Amino acid sequence: MSQHYPTLLVTVPLLAAFIISAAGWINKRLCFPFAVATLTVAAYSCVGLLFRVLHEGVVHYRLGGWPPPWGIAYYVDQLNGLVLSVISVSALINLIASKRSIEREFPEKIGPFYTLYVLFVTGMLGITVTGDAFNLYVLLEIGSLTGYALIAMGDKDRAPLASLNYLYMGTIGACFYLLGVGYLYIVTGSLNMVDIASILPGLYQSKAVMTAFIICMVGMWIKMAFFPLHGWLPNAYTFAPSASSSLIAPLMTKVMIYVMIRFILTVFTPKFAFSTLAVSDSVVWLAVIAIVMGAIFALAQRDLKKMLTYIIVAEVGYMVGGAWLGNRAGMTGAILHIVNDALMTLCAFLVVGNIVYKVKGYSFEDLKGLFSKMPFTMGAFVIGALSIIGVPPTCGFFSKWYLISGAIQASHYGFVVALLFSSLVNVVLFFRIIEIGYYEPFGDHHGHDHHPEPMAEAPLSMLVPLFIVAAGLVLVGLYTGDIVNHIIQFVIPKGLL
Amino acid sequence: MGDFIQALVAKYNYWIYITLMMIGLYAMIAKNNLIKKIVGMNIFQTAIILFYVSIGVKKGGTLPIIEHGHGAHSHVVHAVDYINPLPHVLMLTAIVVSVATLGVALALGIRIYNRYHTLEEDEILSQIREK
Repeated sequence: MSQHYPTLLVTVPLLAAFIISAAGWINKRLCFPFAVATLTVAAYSCVGLLFRVLHEGVVHYRLGGWPPPWGIAYYVDQLNGLVLSVISVSALINLIASKRSIEREFPEKIGPFYTLYVLFVTGMLGITVTGDAFNLYVLLEIGSLTGYALIAMGDKDRAPLASLNYLYMGTIGACFYLLGVGYLYIVTGSLNMVDIASILPGLYQSKAVMTAFIICMVGMWIKMAFFPLHGWLPNAYTFAPSASSSLIAPLMTKVMIYVMIRFILTVFTPKFAFSTLAVSDSVVWLAVIAIVMGAIFALAQRDLKKMLTYIIVAEVGYMVGGAWLGNRAGMTGAILHIVNDALMTLCAFLVVGNIVYKVKGYSFEDLKGLFSKMPFTMGAFVIGALSIIGVPPTCGFFSKWYLISGAIQASHYGFVVALLFSSLVNVVLFFRIIEIGYYEPFGDHHGHDHHPEPMAEAPLSMLVPLFIVAAGLVLVGLYTGDIVNHIIQFVIPKGLL
Repeated sequence: MGDFIQALVAKYNYWIYITLMMIGLYAMIAKNNLIKKIVGMNIFQTAIILFYVSIGVKKGGTLPIIEHGHGAHSHVVHAVDYINPLPHVLMLTAIVVSVATLGVALALGIRIYNRYHTLEEDEILSQIREK
């Protein structure tokens, strides 16, 4: 059983999606337990796989017994073991947390929604586990197409257009990636990542290889919303239903950053990416612009959800910049930030989900008096906010620490300044919301005979998952040392100092 | 000039795919009508499919099927005689993906049309702004 974990975590959700779809025709209430069972199996396989990788080293899995480069091989090391666990666990937590809001937002579409949900998770897990460049494209499109549908189920006025714009950009991104893989195939005659990596070293001066690398990178940057290619993200994530945005926002961009790091570290070598091409400095400067612009756009927003989407744009800048600093600390920070940012974004969007469930809005006016109305939700929000700002002992601090020390080591002070600037802006952003939520209603009564709003907290099924995520933020922060020493340090090649 | 023409003629498949790709990209960026953008997107995807198909071609190559004649299994198989089928097979998958993308895009287009009764992007945006 355990030797089949790599394929179970893709095939079980894939097949279960069809069963859930059929179950939805019989009885809508069957869908949720099926989806939970499916994602539990996936999460169990992912975590089991991570532990197996930690004990036994890299796991190779040949689909259908075909040896690579002929067959598709799944290739799991510490890096994707970690990312797989984060994806599957956060998808499972979000599934449980969003049950009530799904039942209320689109009661007639429960079956299709859970089908798409599970297929989306299949796509994300598949992208992460696969060791085949073309297989990655197919799974990327599975994830993206279901993502477009999940987003389009939101706000009736705005969501379809936002989703269609995302579809245009997403298709361009995926096609660019496919084109880059085509160039790699012309040069190497192989699609298996490890096989390509073994053939490429003699060909690094070839213009076709450079073109392939740059085209693949541009495709991924579009998909991960790296400024200035971020245009699709804010509207798509804002107008999506809360269950979809808290699923897609933590996962999609982070998985694409994983793919970028995988291409830099495994398919190509860090030496090629950072030295031969000589573009890493410009990419870090682009990341600086991404962070600064993301922060400025976030300041201009007047509603919570859209503000969070621009914070994601800035966070993508953190990770791209960290990965392209070209040293060990920066890469560690980028990989650690994939985990942390997925959890932080999940926490923030679950809070938005709870607020929407109770208040039916997420503009700043709707947040007045929320601390007395929903103290537990807002308590979790404060933890998430502290983590995004980067206050110890929450996990956001530690990845930012690695990123900053990487930037100092590379003497790239522009990136240091951008990180500090963005942290300061985050302080302003989140304390503004905390101020609105805590003090606003009292202002009307001059501090005298105020009547705090009666408590109207979100249901327990939404609160408990939120608390688990909020506790996870602190726990991951406390165990950062273990994550870095036992997982991340094995991922980064020895040559990268 | 002679070199340029030679590069143009010798690698005409690349020029065709790049031209098609740019036509598609232009339509997606410059057109105002959502359906025209979808058409542009499809041209863009088709360009890449053509690119893949063209790289599998080999001069004088034949179908990659080993004939089952008398004693055929004892013949030596020369890989050079056969065209590479893998890019074509990959493109079967890519065609399926592009059809699915087209389907989702058109479905979204229907949703937008039912809500705004137009497919011109500027008219939709002005309707959104009015509210």
